[in-house]
Amino acid sequence: MDELTKIAYNCKKATFLIEKQEIGAITMREKLELKIHLAGCRVCRIFQQQSVAINKMVKSLLYHHDVTNVKLDDDFKNKLQHRIENQLNK
Amino acid sequence: MQSPENYNTATNSLTDPRKWVDLHSDYLYKYALTRINDTETARELVQDTLLAGLERLDKFEGKSTERTWLTAILKNKVVDVYRKRSSAFIKQPGLETAEHEMDDFFEPDACNWKPDHRPQEFGIEQPDCLERKEFKQILQKCMQKLPGLWLSVFTMKHMDEEATDTICADLNITPSNFWVIIHRAKLNLRECLQKHWI
Repeated sequence: MDELTKIAYNCKKATFLIEKQEIGAITMREKLELKIHLAGCRVCRIFQQQSVAINKMVKSLLYHHDVTNVKLDDDFKNKLQHRIENQLNK
Repeated sequence: MQSPENYNTATNSLTDPRKWVDLHSDYLYKYALTRINDTETARELVQDTLLAGLERLDKFEGKSTERTWLTAILKNKVVDVYRKRSSAFIKQPGLETAEHEMDDFFEPDACNWKPDHRPQEFGIEQPDCLERKEFKQILQKCMQKLPGLWLSVFTMKHMDEEATDTICADLNITPSNFWVIIHRAKLNLRECLQKHWI
């Protein structure tokens, strides 16, 4: 099996390159390898779509208050407020 | 550049620390919790951040917003926690398990997907708003299952968009470790989503 035939079946490497490409840079050769792999591998094409979607969603997690609907309790806030005022009044 | 009239060591007129708790503490808590995933530690970090802010009040020049400035202080504290966690990298239980699981994704020789672990479409590409909200809740739960160091690397990269070099330096890992972790974290995360969404 030559190198390019090998990459055509190597989903482990393909998924690695997908991740690397999304947040970094891959070489021209790696780009070619990935292209060849994805042309023939539907499963990794799905992986790639999902990987991109996951990254986008992770990025937006912080800005969705409904999802991260967490608040500090008032007791904790009051104590903190007191500490700050004491510090300021020193 | 600081001008003398808005510079005062006792009370910096550009910022009002008495309002910090009201204005920023929930935001900072959320910021910390999303990254640290431990309520107790997150609370401590918020407190440490505001108190550190008080001490450095004279350094706030109004070049960024109050919130941005406080968040920057918090961020450094979060990285300290990451650093502590990553130094316990080797001893950390759960890591080996997760690594082992990841090796199960692909056939040992050919390196193609094992049938049970093949990604299937789960339609997150064009979901409606409600689905998206539920999906994000699952996503958060799945993220919380990742080993500490993986989550640190993953959130620093994907949430904070830190430079890879910075992450490696902060967490004391090699670039090759970094890429392995990024890859494995995503494989695990994706599989977890597939299990709990479909």
